[in-house]
Amino acid sequence: MTGEQCSLFESGHRACGGCAAALAARTILDAAGRDTIVVSATGCMEVFSTPYPETAWNVPWIHSLFENNSAVASGISAALKKQGRKEKVIAIGGDGASFDIGMLCLSGAFERGHDFVYICYDNEAYMNTGIQRSGATPYDASTTTSPAGKCSTGNPRPKKDLPAILAAHGAPYVATATVAYLPDLKKKIRKALDTEGPCYVQVHAPCCTGWGFESEKTIAIARLAVETGLFVSYEMENGQVTRVKKVVRKPVEEYLKEQRRFRHLFRPQRNDAEIAKIQAIADRNAEKFAIDIVLKK
Amino acid sequence: MMEIMEGSHAVANAVRMCRPQVIAAYPITPQTHIVEALAEMVADCRLDAEYITVESEFSALSACLGASAAGSRVYSATTSQGLALMFEVCFNTAGLRLPVVMSIVNRALGAPLSIWNDQQDSIALRDSGWLQFYAEDNQEATDLHYVAYRVAEDRRVLLPAFVCFDGYILSHTYEPVEMLTEEQVDRYLPKYRPVHRLDSADPISIGLFASPDYYTEFRYQIDQAVKGSMQVIREAGRQFGEMFGRDYASPVEEYRMDDADCAIVAMGSICGTAKDAIDEMRKEGRKAGLLRIRTFRPFPAEEVRKALSGVSSVAVLDKNISLGSKGAVALEVRDALYGSGVPVLDYIIALGGRDVAKKDIKSVVDMAAAGKGDLFYGLREEVLR
Repeated sequence: MTGEQCSLFESGHRACGGCAAALAARTILDAAGRDTIVVSATGCMEVFSTPYPETAWNVPWIHSLFENNSAVASGISAALKKQGRKEKVIAIGGDGASFDIGMLCLSGAFERGHDFVYICYDNEAYMNTGIQRSGATPYDASTTTSPAGKCSTGNPRPKKDLPAILAAHGAPYVATATVAYLPDLKKKIRKALDTEGPCYVQVHAPCCTGWGFESEKTIAIARLAVETGLFVSYEMENGQVTRVKKVVRKPVEEYLKEQRRFRHLFRPQRNDAEIAKIQAIADRNAEKFAIDIVLKK
Repeated sequence: MMEIMEGSHAVANAVRMCRPQVIAAYPITPQTHIVEALAEMVADCRLDAEYITVESEFSALSACLGASAAGSRVYSATTSQGLALMFEVCFNTAGLRLPVVMSIVNRALGAPLSIWNDQQDSIALRDSGWLQFYAEDNQEATDLHYVAYRVAEDRRVLLPAFVCFDGYILSHTYEPVEMLTEEQVDRYLPKYRPVHRLDSADPISIGLFASPDYYTEFRYQIDQAVKGSMQVIREAGRQFGEMFGRDYASPVEEYRMDDADCAIVAMGSICGTAKDAIDEMRKEGRKAGLLRIRTFRPFPAEEVRKALSGVSSVAVLDKNISLGSKGAVALEVRDALYGSGVPVLDYIIALGGRDVAKKDIKSVVDMAAAGKGDLFYGLREEVLR
C-alpha cells in the first residue's frame, strides 16, 4: 500500500496469524486518523505491537501498566485541555484490563466525564498469560483456570455486562461491535470519537489460539457469534439502546462446535443440558435486544 | 515576606507558584490540607490548573503520569497507605523518566493502622527511582518543592521526585515561613519544556516492553540518572541560595560536627530536637554533633563518609524499619563507612507518631558511647518480658 493507503498500525508486528485484536487495532486507527493519542493497557496487543526497539504504532502511543490505561488517559485528556490541543484520546485494553483489574480506574474516569474513548478488545479470557478466565469469559468456556473436567463444565459464570455498567455511569455513547463487520466497527469508533465525554466501544475479538479454531476462521467465528445471538452488536445513546443488528438466528450449537473451548459439550458425549443453558442465554439476548428477523412465509 | 503559616498551606502556596498544569490527588490524612488548599485556589482562579478528583491514589499518580507524558507540569500529594497503593505506578513513572513532583506527608504504614508520623512510607519506595528529599522544617518543605521541580525537569535528570516532610509535626504546625513571590519563582523555575511528549505532530511510542537483551541497560541508565542528579541538585540548591539566601547545595547538613565525638544521623523534623539536645550536651561538655540527610535518593555516600570519618561513634535515628534487618538510613550509612572502622549503631525510634524529646536524643548518645545499639528505642516493658 502507498501514500494515504498506509495504515497507522503497521504490519510486521508479532500477533498470531488470524488475530482479531490486530485487525481491530488497524481498523480503529483507520477510523480515528493521525490526530489520536493511544493509551494501551498491558496485554496481547501491547506486547505484540511494541517489542523494544520496534513499534507498530504510527500515532503517539503510551503503555504504563495493566490496570491504569483509563487513569492515564484521564491525565492526558486534562493536559490536552489545558494546553489547548485538539487530539483525540483513545484508551485500549483487553477484557482482563477492562472488565477486571482496570475496573476501578475505568469507573472513575467515566464518572468524572473525561473526553476520551475507551475500547475493549474482548477475546473473553486472559490470552497474554495463557488463556485464564476473566469476567468476560462466557458460560461453560473451558480455560486454563476454568477447565472442563469430570465435575466441571467449564466457566461457571455468565459474562459481566460491562457496556450496561458504563452506560449507568452516564456515558453518552456505548457500543458493541465485532471484527466480523469492519465498516460497522469503523462507524462506531468514529461516532464515539465525535461524541463529547467518555464513550465506550466493546469489540468482540475471537482468539484462534485461546478459543481453539483454525486461524483462517476468525471472521467466520465472529459472524457466528452474532448470528447465534450470543454476541449482540448494538449502540446505546444516553442510556437508551438506539440501534441493534438484527439477524436470522442460528442455533448456538453452530458457534460452539467450531471451538475447542466448548469441545467438552460435544465429546466424549453430547451434553444437551448445558447446550440448552447456552441456548437460553442467546434467547434472552434475542428477547432483550429484539434481534430476531422474522421471515415472511 | 515572613508569614506565620500552617506547613500544608505553605507547601500548597509554593506548589501554586510552581504553576502545575494538572493536579490529581486523592484525600488521605494528613495530606488533605494541601489538596484542599489547592482545590480552593483553582476554584478561585488563583491557580490555572486542571484538578482531577480521582477515585484512588493509584489513579492520582496514573493521571499525573499521563499528563506528564502529554507534556504538562504535574503535581500530586499523598502519604502512607496512599503511597503504598501507588507502588506500581511509582516504579513505572521513574522507568518512563517522567518528572512528576509529589509531596509525601510522611506517615506510618499499617498494620496496625496509624495516622501518625514516621518515614516508613517513602522509605519503602527507596528502590523506585524517585529522588527523595526530606525537610527539617516548613521553610525547607516549602523551598524544596521549587528545587525538586528544577532538578526533576532538568534534561540531565528527567526523574520524578518526592518532597518528604513529617505528617502533623510539620504539615499541621504553624511556623514562620518566608514565601517567595511569583516573580521570584518564575525566575528560578522556568516554564516546563518537555524533552519528549505525546504529540501527533511527532508520534513516539512510550513504554515498550524490553526483552532480556535490553532490560538491564534501561535499568542501568535510570540508575545513572539518579546518581547523576546529585550534581544537578548541587547546582539547583546553590542557585537557590544565591537568589534567595537559603542554600541547598549540599545533600547533607552538618551541625556542630567539627570536633564531634559522637555523631547523630537523622532525617526530617527530628533533627530540630536533636540540634537542641546537642546544644545542651555541648554545654555539659559532651561533644555530640548531627549529620542531617536532606537528600536520601540519590544517597550522598561521599558526603556521609567525609563527615563521619573522624568520629568515634555514629548513632542513626531511623524512623523506619526494614523488618528482619535494620533501619534504612543505618544500612546506607554503614555501607558508606564500610572499611573505615567507625561503629554505626542503629536506633529505631519515633514510629507511628511516638514523640521524641531532647532527653531521648541524649539517652541515645549515651547508649552509643557505651556501644549499645541496633535496637528499638524506648519500647514498652511488657513486650520485653
